[in-house]
Amino acid sequence: MRVDLSWIDYLIMIIYFIFVLGIGWFLRKFMKNANAFLEAGRSIPAWVAGLAFVSTNLGALEVMGMTGSGMKYGMMTTHFYLIGAIPAMIFLALFMMPFYYGSKARSVPEFLKLRYDEKTRGLNAIMFATMTVLASGISMYALAILMENVLGWNYNLSLWASALIVLGYTYLGGLSSAIYNEVLQFFIIVIGLLPLAVLSLKDVGGWIGLKARLAPLAISRGIDSDALTTMWRHTGSSASNPFGVEWFGLFFGLGFVLAFGYWCTNFLIVQRAFAAESKLAARKVPLIGGLPKMFLPFLIIVPGIIALILFNDPLSDFKTNFPLDAAGKPIYDYTIIMMLKQYLPAGVLGLGITALLASFMSGMAGNISAFNTVWTYDIYQSYIRKRTSNEEADGQHYLKVGRIATIFGILLSIASAYIASKFGNIMDFLQTIFSLINAPLFAVIFLGMFWKRTTGHAAFTGLLAGFLLALLHHGLTIPAGATTLVKGGWIATLHVYPVEMAQNFWTAIIACAVSTIVTVGLTFMTKQKKSDEELKGLVYSLTPRELSDAHLPWYQRPAGLAILVGTISIILTIIFW
Amino acid sequence: MVDIRIPIGFMFSILGVLISIFGFVTKANSVMYQKSLGINVNIIMGLLMLVFGLIMLYFAFRKKQK
Repeated sequence: MRVDLSWIDYLIMIIYFIFVLGIGWFLRKFMKNANAFLEAGRSIPAWVAGLAFVSTNLGALEVMGMTGSGMKYGMMTTHFYLIGAIPAMIFLALFMMPFYYGSKARSVPEFLKLRYDEKTRGLNAIMFATMTVLASGISMYALAILMENVLGWNYNLSLWASALIVLGYTYLGGLSSAIYNEVLQFFIIVIGLLPLAVLSLKDVGGWIGLKARLAPLAISRGIDSDALTTMWRHTGSSASNPFGVEWFGLFFGLGFVLAFGYWCTNFLIVQRAFAAESKLAARKVPLIGGLPKMFLPFLIIVPGIIALILFNDPLSDFKTNFPLDAAGKPIYDYTIIMMLKQYLPAGVLGLGITALLASFMSGMAGNISAFNTVWTYDIYQSYIRKRTSNEEADGQHYLKVGRIATIFGILLSIASAYIASKFGNIMDFLQTIFSLINAPLFAVIFLGMFWKRTTGHAAFTGLLAGFLLALLHHGLTIPAGATTLVKGGWIATLHVYPVEMAQNFWTAIIACAVSTIVTVGLTFMTKQKKSDEELKGLVYSLTPRELSDAHLPWYQRPAGLAILVGTISIILTIIFW
Repeated sequence: MVDIRIPIGFMFSILGVLISIFGFVTKANSVMYQKSLGINVNIIMGLLMLVFGLIMLYFAFRKKQK
C-alpha cells in the first residue's frame, strides 16, 4: 500500500508550509493585546470568516471520515452536508447570531455566564477545553499513522512537525492567523481534491456508470438497487437503507439534534462568526460558509463511493493493496489516500497530499484557537486572575496568557495523540462521548435565547442530566456486531441497533430531549435571578428590534442569502432524492 | 489588517507555474499518466491554479488602487 512521492510533491508541500507560516509571521505585529490575539479584534470581513467557518469543520478527521463513510454507506453520507448542516446554519445566522454577537460575549461559555450563571459557564468551559485538546490529539494521531503507513514518514517526526507548524502560525498571529490560513487551506483542499473527483468519476463512466455499477452491490446487501446512490428514497424503513435509520431518525437525530448542536453551539465553529467585523457580517458568516458546504460531497464523498466500486471490481488491483482490519473489512480511514494513490501522478499527487495536510491544519488550528480563548477568558480570567482596573496592562497580561495557552494546548494535543496511539479504543470512546456534549448544550442555549424565564439552576442541571443520560444510553445499547465495549453496552445490553449510525442518532436525540425536559421542568421550580434589564440583548423577547436592512441589495441581507442557500439545498435534495 | 487574496494569489500562481512546467516536461512519459487515464492532469491543474491565482491578485490589487 506504499506510495512513493517524488521531489515535485515535496516541493509543493514546502511552498505551502512557507505561505502558511508566512501569514502568521506577517500578522505577528498586529498582536498588541489579548483582544487582537484571541478575538481577531472583531475585524474579519464576512466572506473570509465564512470560508474559515466551513474550513475549520473540514479537518482531517472530517475528510478521512467522510470519504470512508462514502465507501461504507454510499450516497446517504451526503445527508451530513445538507440536512445535517444547512438548516442549522440558516437558523444560526438568522435567529441565534444576533444574540451571540450582540451580547459581546467572547466565547460560548461566556454567553452562558451572561445568560445564566457562573457554574453553567464553568461546566461548559471545562468540558469544552478538554474536548478540543483531545479532539486535536485524535486527529493528529489519525493523520500521523496514515502518513507512516502509506508514505513511510516517521510517526514521531510527522506528529511533531505538523504540531510545530500549527503552533508557529497560531502563536504568531492568533485567531486572525488561524482564520486567514483557513481560507488559504480551504482553497488548497478544494483544488487538491478536484482532480481526484473528476478523474475517478470519469473512470467509472460518470454518474450513470456509477449508479449502474453500484446496483449489484446494493442488491447483494439485500437493499434496493439504487439504495447506495440515493438520499431519501429508501428511508421509509430502517432496514431498506445502508444507514439503518428511518426518515424520522435522520430528520430529528441528524438534521435537528446533532446538526443544531454542532453548528449552533460548538464554539470552535461559531468563534469564526464572533470574529466578524459587524453584527451584519457575523450573521452572513454561516450562510457564506453554507454555499460551498453543499458542494463538498462531490469532492469528498463521491471518491469514497467510487472506492467501493473499485474495491469490489475483480479486475482492479485496488482491493489487494487496501489495508484490512483483523476481520477482513477495509479500514475506511485509508479510503482517501488510497484513492489519491490510485488516480494521481506525481505533481497533482503532492497537491492532494497537501490538501490532506491543509485539512488537518485547519481543524487543529481551529481547536487550538478555541482552546486558548476559553482557557484565557473562561477559566484563567474567571477563576485564577480576575480583570483589574488597568485595561492596558490587562490586555498585555492576557495576551501573554493566551500565547502560553497556545503552547500548552499544542503540547496537550501531542500528549493525547500519544495516548491515542497506545489506547486507540479509549479515544474512539471519548470521541463518541464528545459528539454528545453539544446536543444538551443546544437545548440549554436555545431555551435561554427564546424563553426569558429559563433559570441558571435549571440550565446547569439540564446540561449535566442530558450528558449523563446520553452516557447511560450509550452504556446500555450496542450496534449490531460490535466486538468492543467502546461501541457501547459497557453497563448492560438492553437494545441492539442495526448500525452504529442509528445508535449515535438516538443517543443524541435522548441527550437533547432529557436536557430540554429537565431544564423546562426545573425552570418552573426555581426563581429567575436575572432581571429583565440584565437579559436585554440575550433573550429574544427582551431585545429591541434591529434597524431594518431593507436598503441593502438582497445578496447582502442575511434573509436573502438564507433563501438562496435553502433553495439550492432543496434543489440538490430533489436531484439526488 | 491583511488582504488574504494576496498570499492566496501568489501561492496559487507559483504552484500553478511549477505544476504546469512539470506537466510539460513529463508530457512524453505515458507510463506516469496511465494512472490519470492518459490525461496530463498536471498541465490542466497547473494552468487552472495559475488562472485562479492571477484572478485573486487582480481583485486584490484592483481594490488597492481605488
